Amino acid sequence: MGQLLVFLTLLALGYGFGRLAESRHYRSIIAREDALRSLLVMPDRMPPIHFQNHGSTLVTGSVVISVDYFKTVAAGLRGLFGGRVGAYESLLDRARREAILRMQEDARKLGAEAVFNLKFETSRIAQNAGQGLGSVEVLAYGTALIPVHGR
Amino acid sequence: MLISNMEVVPGKKITTHLGLVQGSTVRAKHAGRDIMAGLKNIFGGELKGYTELLSESRDEALQRLSEQARTLGANAVINVRFSTSSIAAGASEIFVYGTAVIVEDR
Repeated sequence: MGQLLVFLTLLALGYGFGRLAESRHYRSIIAREDALRSLLVMPDRMPPIHFQNHGSTLVTGSVVISVDYFKTVAAGLRGLFGGRVGAYESLLDRARREAILRMQEDARKLGAEAVFNLKFETSRIAQNAGQGLGSVEVLAYGTALIPVHGR
Repeated sequence: MLISNMEVVPGKKITTHLGLVQGSTVRAKHAGRDIMAGLKNIFGGELKGYTELLSESRDEALQRLSEQARTLGANAVINVRFSTSSIAAGASEIFVYGTAVIVEDR
C-alpha cells in the first residue's frame, strides 16, 4: 500500500511539473525562434557563391534535458504495446530545437549572417536506474559565416 | 586557428593537407550533481549542470585538437566532427576530429 502511494505521488509530481516545464519550454522556444529567424541555418555542405568572402568559424549549441517520472512510466507502458512513444518524441523535439537556438545565439554574438553544414549529435545519459532513458543530450554544430568588413 | 566543419574555407585556398588531428576527453560529474539529476528525473526539465559539464569537455577536446594541429604547423582545421559516447555510468567521452590544413588568402 505504501509503495503504491509513493508511486502515485511520484507519478502525479512528474505529470504536474513535467507538463509545466514542457509548456514553459515550448513557449520560450517559439519566442526565441521568432527572434532568430533572420539568421539562416542550413544543412548544405557548401555555402553559395554569395558567401565567398565571409570569414568562417565553428559554432556549437548543446543542451541536456531530463525525462520526468510520468514520461518514464508512459514510455514503459508504450513499450508493452508498441507504437509511437509521444512522451519521448516531444522530449527530443525540445532538445533539438533548443540546441539549434543556442547555436544560433552563439553565431549571432559573432555577428554571423548564416550557419552552414548543420550537424546533430544525440546521446543518452543513462541514470542510476540503468536501463531506462535518464536524460538526453543534443549537440548542434555548424560553420558560421561572418561578413568581413573592408573587403 | 581557424576551425570549421565545412570542406572548404570561403575566400581562402587550401595549399597543404596535413592529415587527421583529434582531441578527446573523458569527464565524470560529481556525486552532488548526480543527486540533483536524480531529482530532476522525477520533475523533468533541463540539467544545467550537465549541459555546462559537457560544453566544458567539448571546449577541452577542441583545445587538444587545435594544439595537435599547431604542432603539425597547420593554421586551420576543417571538416570537424564531434562524437559522444558514455563509456561507464556517470562518465562520458567527448571526441572531436578533423583535417589539419594550411590555408592561404586567395
